[in-house]
Amino acid sequence: MRVAVLLLALLLVVPAAAGAEGASRGRDLFFSRCAECHGADLTGVRADPSRRGAEDKVPAGPPLLGVGELAADFYLRTGYMPLDDAAEQPRRSTPSYSERDLRALVGFIASFGGPRTPDVHPARGSTSVGLKLFVENCAGCHQVVGAGGYVTGAEAVALDDATARQIAQAVRIGPYVMPRFTERQISNRELDSLVRYVLYAQDPRDRGGWSLEHLGPVSEGIVAWLVAGAALLLVARVIGERIR
Amino acid sequence: MRWLWSALALLLGRGRREPIAPSAVERPRIVPREDPSPRAELAVLALLGLATVAAVAFIVVYVLDRLPSQTQLLGLTLGLAFAFLSAALVVTARRLVPVEEVSEPYPEPQPSAEADEIVQILDESGERVTRRRLLKVAAAGAGATLGAALVVPAASLGPVAYPDALRRSPWRRGLRLVDSNGRPIRAGDIEGKSLYTAFPRGASHEELGSPLVVVRVEGTRLDLPDGRDPDLWAPEGIVAYSKICTHAGCAVSLYRTPLYEPTSKSPALVCPCHYSTFDPATGAGVIFGPAGRPLPQLPLEVGADGTLRARGDFSEPVGPSWWGVRRR
Repeated sequence: MRVAVLLLALLLVVPAAAGAEGASRGRDLFFSRCAECHGADLTGVRADPSRRGAEDKVPAGPPLLGVGELAADFYLRTGYMPLDDAAEQPRRSTPSYSERDLRALVGFIASFGGPRTPDVHPARGSTSVGLKLFVENCAGCHQVVGAGGYVTGAEAVALDDATARQIAQAVRIGPYVMPRFTERQISNRELDSLVRYVLYAQDPRDRGGWSLEHLGPVSEGIVAWLVAGAALLLVARVIGERIR
Repeated sequence: MRWLWSALALLLGRGRREPIAPSAVERPRIVPREDPSPRAELAVLALLGLATVAAVAFIVVYVLDRLPSQTQLLGLTLGLAFAFLSAALVVTARRLVPVEEVSEPYPEPQPSAEADEIVQILDESGERVTRRRLLKVAAAGAGATLGAALVVPAASLGPVAYPDALRRSPWRRGLRLVDSNGRPIRAGDIEGKSLYTAFPRGASHEELGSPLVVVRVEGTRLDLPDGRDPDLWAPEGIVAYSKICTHAGCAVSLYRTPLYEPTSKSPALVCPCHYSTFDPATGAGVIFGPAGRPLPQLPLEVGADGTLRARGDFSEPVGPSWWGVRRR
């Protein structure tokens, strides 16, 4: 009996200890890597040119209180954070942290409350509904095929490498200069369709044969004309007779 | 397998053994006698056979319908079938069919009685017309009016004939703002950092004056032009502008809205066609791009039930600018 109680106690204590270890790891990582720009109390840092940090850069960053697992997970997994220069647009790169550190950091930031990543099930969505939503809300910047584009002063990123989770997160956060879309504008059900369409657009089924890198109909037409024209000239040369 | 060979042998053999029928009456030959060309015949047969094989392959690929590179294989097989068929025709034309030219001298043109007759007919036909001048005038009149009938519709291209059409919009005082699904938009639904498209309730979405962009501007940033009272034009910081760009009439569908303003660009409405950029806080003044005037603003009010309604019509005409757009 005593052994059983001991075992039970052990079972309860070990995960709790592991959780505590993760939390302290997250806190340590935050203070060593993030606090300079986001503030030790997570309330953000206003740029102050007289105060310079590492590599003579002016640290500045938004508050992270209440951004929740949603934003922390998105920014760290896309490699948007850490950012060298606060005035630059964050760009997709390989995440700077191992899966374990990443979880610890996200856990730490999420412990102050805030929204969670919406559950996405692209399989439950409809590609055509997604296309309609994408055209209405996203294609203005990202183009209808998700190839990206420009707004004045910033880049609308290409969606080639975005995962289902990241698409859903970006819709709810509105990273950098992107507007955010609330559940009233795009419901979670509609989000499933939207994500399904973006995933389809990343690798569309090319019914016409070779996609030619999706150059577009005009360039594809030119290729067809050049190939067919050369072949026709060759045939004419073979079967025709020279005018003497 | 064996029967296939025998069938082939039979086919080839029969082709070779065809006797030349002796003609009943001997006539002098036109086409010079040439020896039969079994090699050319064989080549044509082989090419036709290959065309058949390629066509069968096309049918097989089409029926299977799950091969990798299905489209490419379909194109390749059908293309090869046509290529072999045309090669067979080329060989037939060049090696098997004799070429014989037949020429005939073209007759010299000569003045004939027929031509004189036509001239006479023309002369005599005119005798019936007595009021020649009047007919000419009438024909000229008909021609001129018909020409005018073709030209007059061009007036629709500009505001000359219908000066009010370009200034018309469906917005009236008290008209509700609804989203693309027809649901009314409540002031409480409009969040910062989000872009909303709204339409007048019951009006066509296709009409140029219908669509709006609605955003919420932080109170401190709001700086509307003189004469626009923020309480009437931006209740609770909510502003509504025409979604139609004043440059070329595209839909202003980009909302540049910084997640954290101190480190990125200021909020702006951007047209994706030519990057005209408007500041929603200052009455959609142009801050970049080819647009020549701000987006028209719609005055708003929040109804007792919390829904957004128009307080009147736009501040200026909607749509691409034209000569005289500022004249009123």
